[in-house]
Amino acid sequence: MIRERRGQAGSLESCDALVIVELSEEKKGILLELDSPSLLSYEEAMKSAVIETLCSLGVADALVKIQDRGSLDCTLRARVETAARRALAFQKHGGTI
Amino acid sequence: MKNKPQGRVLPEKIEGYGVVRPYGLSSVHTPEIKGKDPSGSSRKVLSSLEEAFRRSEIRDGMTVSFHHHLRDGDLVVNMALDVLAGMGIKDLILAPSALFPVHEDILRHVRSGTVRSIQGSVNGPVGRAASGGLFDVPIILRSHGGRVRAMETGELAVDVAVLAAPTVDEMGNVSGVYGPSACGSLGYAFADARYAKHVIAVTDNLVPYPAIPFSLPQTEVDWVVPVDRIGVPEKIVSGTLRITRDPLRLVIAEQVARVIEESGLFEDGFSMQAGAGGISLAASAFVRERMKARGITGSFISGGITGQSVEMLEEGLFTSLLDVQSFDLEAAASLARNPRHAEMGASFYASTASKGCVVDMLDVAVLGATQVDTSFNVNVNTESDGVLLHGIGGHMDTAAGSRLSVIVTPLLRGRMPMVVDHVHTITTPGETVDVVVTERGVAVNPRRKDLLENLRGKGIPLLDITDLKRMAEEMTGIPAPIPFGERIIGVVEYRDGSVIDVIRQRL
Repeated sequence: MIRERRGQAGSLESCDALVIVELSEEKKGILLELDSPSLLSYEEAMKSAVIETLCSLGVADALVKIQDRGSLDCTLRARVETAARRALAFQKHGGTI
Repeated sequence: MKNKPQGRVLPEKIEGYGVVRPYGLSSVHTPEIKGKDPSGSSRKVLSSLEEAFRRSEIRDGMTVSFHHHLRDGDLVVNMALDVLAGMGIKDLILAPSALFPVHEDILRHVRSGTVRSIQGSVNGPVGRAASGGLFDVPIILRSHGGRVRAMETGELAVDVAVLAAPTVDEMGNVSGVYGPSACGSLGYAFADARYAKHVIAVTDNLVPYPAIPFSLPQTEVDWVVPVDRIGVPEKIVSGTLRITRDPLRLVIAEQVARVIEESGLFEDGFSMQAGAGGISLAASAFVRERMKARGITGSFISGGITGQSVEMLEEGLFTSLLDVQSFDLEAAASLARNPRHAEMGASFYASTASKGCVVDMLDVAVLGATQVDTSFNVNVNTESDGVLLHGIGGHMDTAAGSRLSVIVTPLLRGRMPMVVDHVHTITTPGETVDVVVTERGVAVNPRRKDLLENLRGKGIPLLDITDLKRMAEEMTGIPAPIPFGERIIGVVEYRDGSVIDVIRQRL
């Protein structure tokens, strides 16, 4: 049985973010680990970008790890969406893609 | 009664001359002769730094100055503080011309009470600690011009200056050009040597008298202390500074060159200062191409000198270099070789208390920023997060003196906007800033209508500064306010000694 339901996107380049989304079966909501040089000024904005993106894809329970390197809002949303879609695809196809 | 020195009868008073002080009867006014003592060894050369401090009558609460030509390779500041701490000295005021990460050791001496405060410049770890509230009294930040002006006026009275001397002779003639820790120019140390009550030259290269050429003369140096090493050569001067390959920075540099070319100042006799930052170095390279293309011969390059400046001198593009600090090996070597490559002291460079300084002769200054605001005020001291990380350098001096001050900055660094409504710290006032160049556009200070006219219709993307600010914020979002406390941890002095801003503790 495949336990991995994990998607990753992005990089550790400057102005990018490395995002890992691990889907969870338990109803524990979104657990977010966020490391970023922009936290002081944009923590709330970043958190809402992550939550909104996940909600729009129907992801309600997941562990999300983000190592941000100063990404803009659009970059962060794109990385989170891609990572989440990869995790969802993994779940759906049992790891064949 | 008549005085009879050496068998001569001298009158007590001579009409048209005044009272006669006869030779040999009183030693009160005879200066101590510090040359060779009867044993044949120089009286100035001491066996330890501790001995030199003791002879300099060091006491609690005194001010000790340092210069930063050995940069991150400097071993002298930490060495001196260790000695002072060992002597049990407390509450010192340090007056460095700049500090580097290697000087993080200072923090230990602040915590132990050896060091009470800093006047001049803080950078990196010491600045960060200051922002956190480490110091009991505010740090005073001064520009290179402001620091020497404060010495000239007596506002900054240095008790003991500790010179890092790459080469020195037994009488204290100091050169930065030779020796294992050679650094080139010693420009920032000129004022320290001249105005400090006691001057100690620490060296790892004691040479036979006289050390010629020298930068600092024996007339200003009290003590010479030989030690094993004063610096780590590879960290003192860099090898050849490479021009950035970052396309964004190259775009900015290209725009800077175009602004300079169309400014109305780009003609024979043109002078500039650009420094060794990535964008500045690239901008100089573009200016160099344009000077060649248009057959322009400039007058001088001033400030921190690089290998590229030397090449431009040797190509005949500029007739002179005025060097307060040699950034790389080529610059240091050129100072020894090129008669038109002159070393200059900080007063000559930038002091408003001097009878004329180089920055006032400067056409163009290309300068960096950590933030710029819509009133063209520039911050170079605090980062976007409000933490004190940088000294002023010659920023406010050259901006005020030059006929065209160009501020270069990417519009964003990471997610942080660099053009904002209000900078955290005003280092350089907007009224001395003429143009801001970013990769997205060029904003001319509305005060400079003449410049705007010159730049219009030349294919330069001219924008209002508020447009730059808006473009930045559209991409980044509006940043949350930085949590500053009430306590003032830093005072930013303008070059004339007035206070232009304060820096508050970061909570």
